[in-house]
Amino acid sequence: MTWTNVIVQGVLFGGFYALFACGLSLLFGVMRIINLAHGDIAVVAGYTAVFLVPHLHIAEVWGFVVVVPIFALVGYALQRTLLQAALDRSPLTTLLVTFGLSVLIENLLLEIYTANGQSVNIGSLIGNSWQVNSVIYVSWFQLVVLIVAVAVLGVLQVYLSKTSTGRLIRAVSDDREAAQICGANYRHIFGIAAAIAVATVALAGISYGILTELTPTTGGSQVLLYAFEAVVIGGIGSLWGTLIGGILLGVAQQIGAHYNPAYQVLAGHVLFLAILALRPQGLFGKKEALA
Amino acid sequence: MSATLVPDVGRTVVRANYHPAILIGGTVVVAALFTAAPWFLPVAWVSVLNNFFLLLIMATMWNLLAGYAGMVSIGQQGFIGLGSYALLYLALKGMNPFAAIPLAALIAGAIAVPVTFLLFRLRGGYFSVATWVVADSAMLVILSISYLGGGTGRPMPGLTSLSPSEYNHDSYLATWLTALVVSVGTYLLLRSRLGLVLASMRDNETAARSSGAKVTSTRRWIFVIAAMGCGAAGAVLAISQPFVQPGNAFNINWLAEMLFATIIGGIGTVEGPIIGTIVYFVLYQSLQGLGAWYLIIFGALAVAVALWQPGGVWGLVRDKTRFELLPVGYRVRER
Repeated sequence: MTWTNVIVQGVLFGGFYALFACGLSLLFGVMRIINLAHGDIAVVAGYTAVFLVPHLHIAEVWGFVVVVPIFALVGYALQRTLLQAALDRSPLTTLLVTFGLSVLIENLLLEIYTANGQSVNIGSLIGNSWQVNSVIYVSWFQLVVLIVAVAVLGVLQVYLSKTSTGRLIRAVSDDREAAQICGANYRHIFGIAAAIAVATVALAGISYGILTELTPTTGGSQVLLYAFEAVVIGGIGSLWGTLIGGILLGVAQQIGAHYNPAYQVLAGHVLFLAILALRPQGLFGKKEALA
Repeated sequence: MSATLVPDVGRTVVRANYHPAILIGGTVVVAALFTAAPWFLPVAWVSVLNNFFLLLIMATMWNLLAGYAGMVSIGQQGFIGLGSYALLYLALKGMNPFAAIPLAALIAGAIAVPVTFLLFRLRGGYFSVATWVVADSAMLVILSISYLGGGTGRPMPGLTSLSPSEYNHDSYLATWLTALVVSVGTYLLLRSRLGLVLASMRDNETAARSSGAKVTSTRRWIFVIAAMGCGAAGAVLAISQPFVQPGNAFNINWLAEMLFATIIGGIGTVEGPIIGTIVYFVLYQSLQGLGAWYLIIFGALAVAVALWQPGGVWGLVRDKTRFELLPVGYRVRER
């Protein structure tokens, strides 16, 4: 029964990791770049919810409604300025620029808000849980995050396959020049993809800040690494693979933590490295996506 | 130096646009000056120089990785940490810490060999993040070994017999000599056949591959050499602290500093890391007491350089003057 609980808790964490990962996966799919500041943007969103939302005199649980749309705009603006300028140079430049951005964000947060952990406070809602039996508790909040993650991935899937903007995003990602000849403004399309990516990771960041603490370095050493591992385990280029990857990562971490809390993160890394050794294209990925 | 005569008209093919004896003579003079530095410089300056050479080793290695072999590693702090801990382990086993520096570098390099077989399955940005995962894994493994001090760390043994001034002197010399070996070694490497293969890979990988360049094994060599260099940097860092602690040895800020220094100085040039390290120390010294602001300003500067002046400071100087201090290629000179 203890093992059932370990797995249930792992699956619940998997929802977070999938939510962290889908933006990273989308940006790579569309622009072939990795945004190394991905995790730090999540932390900034969390800090915004902690320090800005209380001034608005609304219930903190509604912070999402304010912060997530702001971050969609931030994502669009970031893409049209800094990221596009880097992309016009070379893929190497995008890595250097986003790494620089990541260091800037972490150290600015450190200077302004110190290294102390910050939590998004939603009152008593966080404590509610559903007791399945004597050992298994399911936190309502974590269950909601998992459901939201599945919903976000589902909406994204439908958006990319059914709407005209979604089709444009896929067209630009398949063949930018051909899409341009047909009249697509790829810079605007990239901006929309970045807006979605940043909005989803902002949502994930605030949720993570509700569940646990955010520190200036959470973004790099946790969010980015977990998101990345979820993407690679599930398979690069597969949205549902990312969900499975996130869940497997969560389960691996909980199994590690069950033996020794110090092994939680390491167990996730070990799963990632094992996948890299045995099935580098990931569980649901295609081989050609690697190149 | 190997000036080859082109048969027909009055032209020679040379490396430098100055006499080769100047390069060798200059290197000897600079080497003698820095070796003698502790005898005529105040202690505080020697300590700054020590940190300068530490960053120079790291930046030189990162430049070799990213600037020449196209591998943007964001996990070099892992090899710095492994070098520190390899030295701690050897010293705990009774070796003299100074004598164990080369061995610690070799251990870091040996760990890098199997790592390349995993990492090279990923490309571009995915490769980058995976290097960080490896670095984080190395730190987590070290954290769980109580013999090496776990999370709190351990002081470096084998240094207590030295007087404070002897210790300062010896640890500076260790850092400086390591920096000298790494810099001269990297320079000679880039002038060798391997350097030629690297240049061809950097310019066009497909063309290099089809001309018979062994691209993957060249990358593997460079990754292992960079791991050894960073391992050596970690080892001298452990001596100059002299306390080994995971949070410091595996700190991502090492990576940030070596990366920013390389970009600002000029990525893909031999001179770049040297210039970038000088810029870093000028900033660091002038912004002392302002916490992390030096890193924020340094990072913002690096982002601006990457976007608007990708050749860095040295790239600008070279394009304007056509002068190369440490040439690795050849040029035709009219007589």
